[in-house]
Amino acid sequence: MALLEASGRGSRPSNRLADRVVRLVEAATTPLLPADYLDLFAPLRSGAPLRGRIEQVIPETRDAATIVIRPGADWAGHVPGQYIRLGIDVDGVRQWRAYSLTHGPRADGFISITVKAVPGGVVSNHLVHEAQRGTLVHLEQATGDFVLPDDLAGRKLLFLTAGSGVTPVIGMLRNLFPVTDTGVLKLERSDDLDITVVHVAPSEPDSIFIQNLRELGEADAINLIARYDDEHGVLAVDDLASLVPDLAERTTYACGPAGLLDALGAHHTERGLELFTEQFRPVTIAAGEGGTVVLEKSGVELDLDGATTILDAAEQAGVLMPSGCRMGICMGCVLPLREGAVRDLRNGEITTATPGETNTGGVSIQTCISAAAGPCHIDH
Amino acid sequence: MTTITRKETNPTAHLTEADVEQVGIELDAIRQDIIDSRGAKDAAYIRKVVDAQRKLELGSRAVLLASAFPPAWIAGTIGLSIAKILENMEIGHNVMHGQWDWMRDPKIHSTTWEWDNASTAEGWKHSHNQVHHTYTNIVGKDNDLGYGIMRVDEDQKWYPMYLGQPLWNFINACFFEYGIAAYDLELGKNLKVPKAKRSEAFKRNAKNTLAKIRRQATKDYVVHPALSIPTGSFLPTLAANFTANLVRNLWTHSVIMCGHFPEGVETFEKKSIPANETRGEWYVRQMLGSANISGSKPMHLMTGNLSFQIEHHLFPDLPSNRYSEVAPKVQALFEKYDLNYHSASLPRQVGSAWHKIVRLSLPNGWLEQTNVKNAPQQAGLLWKLATGGPKVRRAYDAAQRRAENQRKAAALTAA
Repeated sequence: MALLEASGRGSRPSNRLADRVVRLVEAATTPLLPADYLDLFAPLRSGAPLRGRIEQVIPETRDAATIVIRPGADWAGHVPGQYIRLGIDVDGVRQWRAYSLTHGPRADGFISITVKAVPGGVVSNHLVHEAQRGTLVHLEQATGDFVLPDDLAGRKLLFLTAGSGVTPVIGMLRNLFPVTDTGVLKLERSDDLDITVVHVAPSEPDSIFIQNLRELGEADAINLIARYDDEHGVLAVDDLASLVPDLAERTTYACGPAGLLDALGAHHTERGLELFTEQFRPVTIAAGEGGTVVLEKSGVELDLDGATTILDAAEQAGVLMPSGCRMGICMGCVLPLREGAVRDLRNGEITTATPGETNTGGVSIQTCISAAAGPCHIDH
Repeated sequence: MTTITRKETNPTAHLTEADVEQVGIELDAIRQDIIDSRGAKDAAYIRKVVDAQRKLELGSRAVLLASAFPPAWIAGTIGLSIAKILENMEIGHNVMHGQWDWMRDPKIHSTTWEWDNASTAEGWKHSHNQVHHTYTNIVGKDNDLGYGIMRVDEDQKWYPMYLGQPLWNFINACFFEYGIAAYDLELGKNLKVPKAKRSEAFKRNAKNTLAKIRRQATKDYVVHPALSIPTGSFLPTLAANFTANLVRNLWTHSVIMCGHFPEGVETFEKKSIPANETRGEWYVRQMLGSANISGSKPMHLMTGNLSFQIEHHLFPDLPSNRYSEVAPKVQALFEKYDLNYHSASLPRQVGSAWHKIVRLSLPNGWLEQTNVKNAPQQAGLLWKLATGGPKVRRAYDAAQRRAENQRKAAALTAA
């Protein structure tokens, strides 16, 4: 680039020269791209698809762990409370999930997520129990609107968290009150904040980050109200006002399961209170027999039984489909399933695509041997 | 070779309909076992091969930058040849079969892969995955039988031009990647169509293939030699790239010939295949229409595991690294149903395939009836057949058939 700047002819000609260089390098690597070779040596370099490397796996409880990740050079940073989509290979299969960022922005540039292993959870169990230092993971830039307001001065906040819903909140709290070896740091910008945290968990040992929350409570950074189902019974939203007497003066940030958030939504609307919520795993795909298949680009909807292949049905409806051997061997009919479940008619195997949990482009399926196993969206 | 239904003894005659269906069920079970156990180890395998191949290619091309120095030329050319073979066989061919699609890695996926070859991935997936793998060894439907340029079946009429087919086959082997590109385009058939009437699909495919060939040739014969100019290695690098492509072409052609060409591999008549062929019937056709190459692990790797051609044809989308594990089970199934599991070493299979090509380049029966003693007469006969026109050839065929019938009758009386 120094050479280009030295030429001093402005950006257009130098861009053209850069383009020419790129084209020359591409001509030397065709049919691959130069990036395919660079990936062998520098997968985290600038210009590469965003990836990260696991630096540390810190156990939090017996079924939760914090994964510290060194993100690639193009990581654009995040605001506390945001989440990332992370892709990791489990049993050889690339799986994508969304996780709150629980650390930082930190000085070393690392980011972290905290994962609770849910029963039967493919990715969460892998991350908590099997993730290894050095593993390459795939990332997308941080996103999410569940973040603190820009002007914090003098705010009164309530954080209501249930289970692993504490993770985005921990991300915010750690940013406001960094915990160091010598205790909780009080920063000037967080000085006049008044924060109450109501944390709900099934039991104390199952509670991720409780140690963190307690430290913050002891340092008077927050007013912690921990509620355990086995000790205090399940929290009813109507009891909130008795737990937090000045509830009406506070802006509520809540993260947890859908049931709790729905009840809270109704409760706050009724009282005209300010509420921000965040919920993960909004969609769960349950496999059934047949369903409505939407071919997104063609704008066609098909009502299918569980035995007709998607290819046959779509062709009968007059859609021009990619096709081939029609017996599942040539991969000529592969299309991305964006959302939903299909059944492989040869062996009954179910393939599901859940937005946010699978590749951004969807999951490739062979339409010639796949039948609908529930409502589906196909990119075609 | 004669199609299976025209043979004196059909090797599947002893199988009942129920047997055939049972074969299908047992093969499905073998397939399911592998699908259920696919995992991290398999994914690590293909990533390791891709990684090693790319590093080998990079290293070889780097060494070739100084290829005016003879040892560098030799090392670089060997490395590049191996890299190109791996890329073509164990990686490209198998990825494009969708063997690694289950990993959901968009970088190792049948829908995104493009290979270092003259033919486009799209064209090849159609002619190979779809046509050849679906209609394996059906005369008239599977163009892999003779690639449309050779006589590979005794039932095909003999013409004098077939005398040249060993030579065509050798030339095809040297420039195999271009042969395949032409084959994918069905060039022979399409060029006969007047220019104005050629289909849009053909025009589009031809344009894509030409663009691909141009990019490939630019890389190997312009860019890399040009990069070697500073060390005075333009011509040596050009020669090295040409040699690597030639070696790759000869190797892939040999391996691929072994899959379906050796003597004893069965072919099928179009009309003998039912319109609604069952899975069991399809499996049996794949079993008898393919042949394996025996050998060591490195040998299997360099053939892209197409040394397990039988297993590959039964389960084209199972990961290639698992074929060796499936093979003993498949072979046991062949034995159980008294079918011929066709396997031999590479030299034997290549020799057998070439023998067949030479034999069928000559009129039926000619090679079998030729020995050192009668060679001059036989040469005279061949001259007459080659120059004598259809009438002479019909008379020869009739005589051959009469002799064949007499032989059969004599065998019957003797029995």
